[in-house]
Amino acid sequence: MTTGSETHGSHPMEIRGAVQAGIPIFIGYFPAAVAFGILAKGCSTSLLEAFMFSAVVFAGASQFIALNLLMTGMGPGGIILTTLLVNFRHFLMSAYLSTRLRNLAHKTYFLLAFGVTDEVFSVLSFHKKALTPQFVFFLELSAWSGWVSGTVCGYVLGGFLPDILTQSMGVALYALLLAILMPALKTARVTVFLAVLSAVLNTLLIWLDLFPAGWTIIICILVVAFVGAMLTPEKKEVTCE
Amino acid sequence: MNDTLIPLILGMAAVTYIPRLLPFLLLNRLRIPHKVNAFLKAIPVAAIGALIVPGVLTATPDMPAAALAGMGFTLIYGMFRGGIIVPVLGAVGISWLILALAG
Repeated sequence: MTTGSETHGSHPMEIRGAVQAGIPIFIGYFPAAVAFGILAKGCSTSLLEAFMFSAVVFAGASQFIALNLLMTGMGPGGIILTTLLVNFRHFLMSAYLSTRLRNLAHKTYFLLAFGVTDEVFSVLSFHKKALTPQFVFFLELSAWSGWVSGTVCGYVLGGFLPDILTQSMGVALYALLLAILMPALKTARVTVFLAVLSAVLNTLLIWLDLFPAGWTIIICILVVAFVGAMLTPEKKEVTCE
Repeated sequence: MNDTLIPLILGMAAVTYIPRLLPFLLLNRLRIPHKVNAFLKAIPVAAIGALIVPGVLTATPDMPAAALAGMGFTLIYGMFRGGIIVPVLGAVGISWLILALAG
């Protein structure tokens, strides 16, 4: 994991790389957001509200859950609490990212923290070079624009994407996560073990149905990362600073 | 649903944003002990397995096999070549093909 450039200036190449890395996220987010826009309209929210959901909450699953809860007549308190539970996994993802984005100005963290979604986190995690605020920002912007533009298109245009296309584009996010993980899977058996452990554990926990939505992933991350840390050989690690 | 949802949306935004922000503010200048660092470094792999499975089984609800075939392409392609765009678009293409043929 060597990197040539340690400079933090604004490089056009850096922005291009970030947007390129953001394309698969855009492809995955857009059709999912179209579905959200359609559903939001069906729940008789206004266009502004649908837009605001995606633009300021920016967390897919929790937005769908919120619409469902609204239809059941749940009050705002319950919906906000549910959102907190569903999205709390991002706390762990930001904790990881903080090890790779150290000693920045507070205002930079305020900006970058907004865009920490599952997919943005995953892409950043396996980005080989040192992370720069510019790279993170433009990756997040690509993801955010896919989510927001999809929401508005879905609300305004309805089901304009053929169902088959929407479904097949739904595979994009999972393929993205697998493609990101592949190099690590190829080089280390322990990675294969940990990834499979996490997948099996999550399936088991969802099947057991003991925890609120979103918490199975948190439990998986805590347990599997703990196992991973135990399996990590003792050595002085060079952190990205 | 005549009341505006804007206060609800802002509340949801706050409880989503704060957990995303806090670790950066708490950890960024802290010296992190080796064991904790090893734990943090293991988070990505720990998360991705659970993010893929079992969600991928409902990615193409009409026919889970289509999503699995797409993922199969990503897996096999990734054994030989690197990159992101080709395995992602290939997975979408194969899922589409299978759904189109089956439909």
